[in-house]
Parts: sequence; C-alpha cells; structure tokens
Amino acid sequence: MNMNYTTEELAFRNEVRAFLDEKLPADIAAKVKGFRHLSKEDHQRWQQILCKQGWYATHWPEAYGGVEWTPVQKHIWDEESCHYGVPRSVPFGVNMVAPVIIKFGNEEQKQTYLPRILSGEDWWCQGYSEPGAGSDLASLKTRAVREGDHYIVNGQKTWTTLGQYANMIFCLVRTNTEVKAQAGISFLLIDMNTPGITVRPIITLDGEHEVNEVFFEDVKVPVENLVGEEDKGWTYAKFLLTYERTGLAGIGLSKAALSHLKQLASRRIKNGRPLIEDTTFSQRIAKVEIDLMAATISNLRIIAAVEGGGMPGAESSMLKVKGTEIRQSINDLARRAIGPYAIPFVEEELSHDYDGEFLSDENAAPLSAQYFNNRKLSIFGGSNEIQKNIVSKMILGL
Amino acid sequence: MDFRLNEEQQMLQDTVARLVRGEYSFEKRLAFSETDAGFSVDFWKQLSELGLTAVPFPEELGGFDGGGVEVQSVMTELGRGLCLEPYLQSVIFAGGLIGQAGNDSQKETWLGGIASGELQAAVALQEPQSFYNLNDVETRAEKKDGGYLLNGRKAVVIGGHCADVILVSARTSGDTRDASGISLFALKADTAGIERRVYPTIDGSKGCDLTLNNVQVSADALLGDEDDAANASHASHASRVIEYQSGRAIAALCAEAVGVMEVANELTLDYLKQRKQFGVPIGKFQVLQHRMVDMMSELEQARSMATLAASVADEEQSDERRRVLSAAKNVIGRSGQFISEQGIQSHGGIGMTWEYNFAHYAKRLIMINHQLGDDDFHLERYASLLQAG
Repeated sequence: MNMNYTTEELAFRNEVRAFLDEKLPADIAAKVKGFRHLSKEDHQRWQQILCKQGWYATHWPEAYGGVEWTPVQKHIWDEESCHYGVPRSVPFGVNMVAPVIIKFGNEEQKQTYLPRILSGEDWWCQGYSEPGAGSDLASLKTRAVREGDHYIVNGQKTWTTLGQYANMIFCLVRTNTEVKAQAGISFLLIDMNTPGITVRPIITLDGEHEVNEVFFEDVKVPVENLVGEEDKGWTYAKFLLTYERTGLAGIGLSKAALSHLKQLASRRIKNGRPLIEDTTFSQRIAKVEIDLMAATISNLRIIAAVEGGGMPGAESSMLKVKGTEIRQSINDLARRAIGPYAIPFVEEELSHDYDGEFLSDENAAPLSAQYFNNRKLSIFGGSNEIQKNIVSKMILGL
Repeated sequence: MDFRLNEEQQMLQDTVARLVRGEYSFEKRLAFSETDAGFSVDFWKQLSELGLTAVPFPEELGGFDGGGVEVQSVMTELGRGLCLEPYLQSVIFAGGLIGQAGNDSQKETWLGGIASGELQAAVALQEPQSFYNLNDVETRAEKKDGGYLLNGRKAVVIGGHCADVILVSARTSGDTRDASGISLFALKADTAGIERRVYPTIDGSKGCDLTLNNVQVSADALLGDEDDAANASHASHASRVIEYQSGRAIAALCAEAVGVMEVANELTLDYLKQRKQFGVPIGKFQVLQHRMVDMMSELEQARSMATLAASVADEEQSDERRRVLSAAKNVIGRSGQFISEQGIQSHGGIGMTWEYNFAHYAKRLIMINHQLGDDDFHLERYASLLQAG
C-alpha cells in the first residue's frame, strides 16, 4: 500500500503548476473562479494556449496530436487545473466525438476532423437526447433515410449544450426501424450549416441560455459522414458514454468549490463573527468536506486500478452519484452562506467587466443561480437513477 | 377536535382560489414579474375590492378581524398561484407592526390605506451583517431638531422599490446586537436621503437595499415610543413587537409555502403519469413512486406545521409560541427544499426550464427558506428554547 505520488508524478505536477503559473491568462482564471460567463473567444484563446503546449487532447494518441497521459497524470491535471481556475474544455469535440472517430472512423474522417478540433476551427455539439428519448436513449426517433449518396435526416434533438456556438453536431439517428431499438441506430457527423437545421434556445430556470433544441427537416448529409458501419451506432455511443462518465464525478471541481465556499464563509458575518466560526455552519462545511475526502480516495482507487490495466466499470457510476451529490451540497451551502442575499438576482454583477459596487459579497451574485443550475448534475450524463440501475445490474447482479 | 375550516373561512379560501385561478395564469405571472412594480397592480386592486387586503384588520378598518386561520386561507391560495403581490410584506407584516407599535394617530394615518390596499408598505428590518437576526441593528437614529436623523443600511427589502411607506428599525441606544435600544420608524418613501438599489429577485419578484443618508424625520415618524436600552421592561419595546409580528409573518409565509408545495407536487405527479420511458409511464418505476410518496409526506408535515403556526400566530407571546413558530419555519424550510430538489430530479431536464412552471415553484420554495430565517436559524432558536424533559 502506497498512497503517495511517485517522483515522476510529483515532477509532472510541478510542470503543470509552472505551466499554469506562466500561461493561464489572469482574466480567464478570474472569471472561472468568480463563476462569471466565459465567451466563446475565452474558450478558444485558452484552447490555443493548451494546444501550443500539446496538452489539449489528453484522450488521443500522440500520432494525432494528442498527449498520452497516465490516469494519474490526468487526475493531477484535473486537480491542478480546477484549483487554478482553468476553464473546463468544452468536451464535445476533443473528449467525445474525437475518441469515437479515432476508434471507429475511417482514415479520411480522422484526417478531416481531428486537426480541425485541435485548431479550434470546428466547435462540436452532441445530438443524443430527444424529447421522447432521455434516460431511454435507445428509443430515439430522429430518422436518417439513405437516398443515393446522402442520408435525409428528419427529427429533433434536445438539451444540446452550447449548440448555439457549434458548427458541427454528432448525432445518433435511426437508420433501421425493422430491428430492435438498439440495433437500428447509426452515428452521423452533421454540418450545422446544412439547410433544414434550426437551433432554438432553451432558457433554464436561472435565466441562462446554455442548452438548445435542434430541429432537422429534410437535412441532406453525405454518406461519407457516417462513422463506422450503418446500424452499429449504439456500440459507438456506449463507448462514448464511458468517456463522458469518467470525470463526471467532478472531484477537482468540488475541491475548488469547497475552497471558494470556505473563503466566502470567512468573509460573511453571523452574530458579529465570521460565519465559518459558527457551530452550525462550520459543521455543515465539515460534513461535506469529509464526504469529499472519502470520494477523493474512492476516485484514486479507481484511477489506480485503471493505471494497473483495468477498465473503469460500474464503480465510476457510483462515483458519479456521490460526486454530483457533493457538488450540489457545496452549492447549497454557498447559497446559504449569503443568507437573505440569496434572494436578489443582480445580473449585472455576473458580467466579467462589472466595476460597480457589489450589493453584498463580490461573489454573491451567481450563487443562487449556480445552485439551481447545478441541479442538472444529477440529471445529465445518465441521471443518477440510471447510474444506480447500472450499479445494481453490473455489480450487484440484481 | 376539528381541523376543518368553518363556513366563513371556507368561503374566504374559495374566493381567493377562484380569483387566482382566473387571473394568475403562468404566462400572466411572467409578464407581471417583468413590470416595474414586479406584480400585478390590477390583481392587487381586485384583492382590495373583495376586501381581502383587509382580512387581518379590525372591523372599523373594513376588516374581518381575521386571525391566523383566515390569513392561512388567503396565503395558501396566493402560494398556489405563486402570486407576487406584497400581501405578506404590506398587509401582514407592516400592518401588524403599525397596529401593535403605532399610536392612534399613526394607525389612523397608515392602517386604513394598508387595509384598503391603496397604500403599500414594506418592512426594512434586515441589514447586510444581520444574517436573519433582527436584533442585529447598526442603523442609528439620533435625536435632532425635534425629530430624528437616521443613518445606515437596510438589506433585501422585498417590495421596498415601490412602497409608499417603509418601516425601518434603527438604534436609538444600545450596542449592535442588543435586544433593547431598537426603535421603529415609518418613513415615507420619498423622504430625502433614502437611496434605493433596486433589483429583481431570483423567484420573480422585486426588492431593494436602502441606504439611509442623513434621513431627517419628524418625531411622529417614530412608531410608538422610543426604546430605552436602560429600561428593558418598557412596554413598547420595539424588538418585542418585531419578534411578535415576524412570528405572524412566519405563520403566513408557512401557509404560502404549503400552497407552493401543493402545486409542485401536483405537477410532479402529473408528470410521472404522463412521461413515458422504456415503454411505460415513469411513475411505474418504484424508485420514483417512493420519492413521490416522500414528497407527499413532506407536504403533509409542512401542512401540519403551517396549521399549528396559524393557531398560535395571534396568541399572546410565550416561549411556546416562539417554539411552535420556529419549529414550523424549520420544517417548511426543509420540506420545501426536499420538494424543490426532488421535484426537479423527478422531472429531469424539463423541470429546470424557464418555460415550464415547475421550475418557478422550485425557486420560490428555496427562497422562502431565505426569508424570516432559514431552517438552521430556526433550529438554533428552537434549541435555545428547548424544554426540560
């Protein structure tokens, strides 16, 4: 038993820290740490810096311009980047469609799409969920019918995150209605500028525009945009979901959020003393910190197993449930920490260039909105109920 | 023992329910929320024309002399509609403060207008540092020119952006968190030196913070008598009035919360029956059935406590009344959060969208916990009053 990093791993951590100290733009880090809005330009600027360092594509082989970090290295990167306020990479291109193209795509697709993901020329979004197909994804109805050199696509996708910025979408579509649901699905790459595609915003309860509906009406997609074989898309989709699920536990994000909460609670006052010294509140913080400590070790146990050659299995589903619950608890406490100031919604203070006086705390404005927004954590990426189904089936055999 | 409403109370509740159903659709509410007032001036007028804004006031003010149960009947229905009107702030809380602390001339000046709905009042008792403790008052009122000079800041005054009169607590003596030495003032909203920072609230209403910058008022702005920290047994002790009336407001807020929870649960249950995944309504899945049962149990616990709170709201002050009101607000805070969060989870993504009304019920439930003390605040207060076994 040895729970310490090796000398090489410690050296890697120093390298990461040195890079972030030098290269992470202070304005971007400040926005991330203050939960303020990032523009498309912010994401792209940071992506360029990461690419130049060769650290953007951490799930790709080096041959395609990726960097092959060990699971422990990925974990170190996750912790450090969250601590420093690095923007989360928009995952749909680099971490989701790219691994599918690398594993199941043809050479031409690799040559076409991978460089454009690295350069930032393409912004991908995900076309999985439909109004009638959420947890029951295999019941999806968006239809693709082969006509000569094209598929004609009709249907609707929903919850398309940042689809308003995207120029490409990867979609699960139904190409065969004669077989059982999972067997008739294909994986298509679609240019968002094709005629017949309409993107409609979905505004969430916090007033944000983060997700969209995407409508397809007689959209012509060249057959060369099919990944792998027709009707085999479900296999690729499941492969992709394992990529999505690892990292959904958000341990690094929770650590950063907890540190933020403690700073906030040291500034807020209750009965003339810092809130963090209040018995009730400090015990609430202590409880979530203890839960996070346990989840951190659970996460490391999974990482160590994968490092030793294993595959992340249903354990990552358990960790997704715990991890999202912990993050939601931290958001709950941050909202509680500002007391009555959870009620005002001072939208102008969310802007990165706000230079007026803050109503209460400099970081108060986003807290209620963020608490509500992060209710999504237990819903997306396979709802926590679905994760529990996976655990009960795969691990418990129930 | 009989928990049913009497005929008059039932009629009152039916009247409000009918009005809310007819006038307060989800779409209309969103539009009301966007206006400068942040509520429907027309709906407020209708409430007043039906005598509903006068419910808790005495008959000579056109009121029903309504007690906790009558207020509960009104507030639950307003909660069902997520109504944005300042019933709690103006009618219950401000009206109660003036009624208890004010002298005859002050009552005459303000209460008739508040009861008829022609005047809107707001309550400014919190401060940036006060964290739900209403005795934590730094705002100062100094005697000057036969009146008072007020300086300080008041936090999160719901409805304060458009109120005609604002009730402000300020120290005339004593230290920041002393219960004694607090006095209450009724400030006309247009008094020189009152600065407002107006904002929307996350649950669709509007409010403001107030900065009082050398606000000079005459002696008749003082509600009742000046409190003297050296004389703690003083009958009109403002902090006692504030505590008593915030208790009435807590009971009313609990009743509102029950209305919000009722609709939140109805919407969730409908969704479980309609939404199909894996070929069946999702309500067929046991994990969701049990969750729905838990949500219903939470609502029933909340309803019981709201009823208990209503029964003590207008009783004489006692530790028992204090305990019941804190217990009720603690239960409401917890059950509200449970129903809000589990309701969103049961809906999935759709429960988080602006276009669907559930999300707005969920937001209101969480924000109710941030008004008049959250579950932690009331747990501590209850614990401090715990009786020996």
